[in-house]
Amino acid sequence: MGCSAKAKQGGYAVISVILNGEQRQVREGSIADLVASLGLDVKKVAVERNRAIVPRSTLADVALAEGDALEIVHFVGGGC
Amino acid sequence: MTDTWSVAGRTFTSRLIVGTGKYKDFEQNAAAVAASGAEIVTVAVRRVNVSDPNAPMLTDYIDPKKITYLPNTAGCFNADDAIRTLRLAREAGGWDLVKLEVLGEAKTLYPNMRETLEATEVLAKEGFLPMVYCVDDPIAAKQLEDAGAVAVMPLGAPIGSGLGIQNRVTIRLIVEGASVPVLVDAGVGTASDAAVAMELGCDGVLMNTAIAEAKDPIRMARAMKLAVEAGRDAYLSGRMGLRKYADPSSPLAGLI
Repeated sequence: MGCSAKAKQGGYAVISVILNGEQRQVREGSIADLVASLGLDVKKVAVERNRAIVPRSTLADVALAEGDALEIVHFVGGGC
Repeated sequence: MTDTWSVAGRTFTSRLIVGTGKYKDFEQNAAAVAASGAEIVTVAVRRVNVSDPNAPMLTDYIDPKKITYLPNTAGCFNADDAIRTLRLAREAGGWDLVKLEVLGEAKTLYPNMRETLEATEVLAKEGFLPMVYCVDDPIAAKQLEDAGAVAVMPLGAPIGSGLGIQNRVTIRLIVEGASVPVLVDAGVGTASDAAVAMELGCDGVLMNTAIAEAKDPIRMARAMKLAVEAGRDAYLSGRMGLRKYADPSSPLAGLI
């Protein structure tokens, strides 16, 4: 895997990541780019990358890498 | 005469904390929270639905700027998952006050106290302020307190059972021994149960199903608000002693 697995698609490099437990092909870029491309409000979610929290202030600085495991979560109704 | 309570330096007037699960919709949930007078709601942390990012969100209906969101680890069965969940919650919400709950089994939803204690220690070291769901054991409650719990929250009966406060003696023992707030978390089924918890001297009560599964959740939310206030007032009043036999309320002197 690694860089050799990258594919060009419509002029963009595409990489494979695990997003919320599911394998997905995404555009190479920052985590902030990915969150935006999913149509999510960055202020309402939290992101974990390879089991480490990515602070919201650094989402634009962290580049996605092939094989990254990402969790994107938010608050939902819940009780005890 | 205001009667307030404080947890980890934050002061609240309402002693009722309500959940945000099991409601018909967000509108009903928001109306029930308003009727309950609660200033804190518990919320869960879950994966976003990446295939439907425009689905309505809890934060659109219950404003986290007005109501304190208490992220909760319900559904976690080990310390590691609970800690991970709360790290994400802190990043999503930006606050340290959290509710830790590490479950032991699906059937009873009793807490796994070994994992709970371990998670409490880790969270406290990371600067979290964990309010901790626990068994009704005064020794375990003290251990949690020593580990950094900012409140202990023993169950009154299994989560979602609505059986009422089944353990008045042990809840009272925890209240007497604790130097952090004690809140009954789970077991309340109806308003009188909430009053019982408060009459035992608890600082507050947390509930979800008792309101959400009532036929009229909004009215039940109001009933719970009144019951918590009534129970608290009764506790502060100092109830009369119990007698084995009758004692007339009218004077015996001057009888015709």
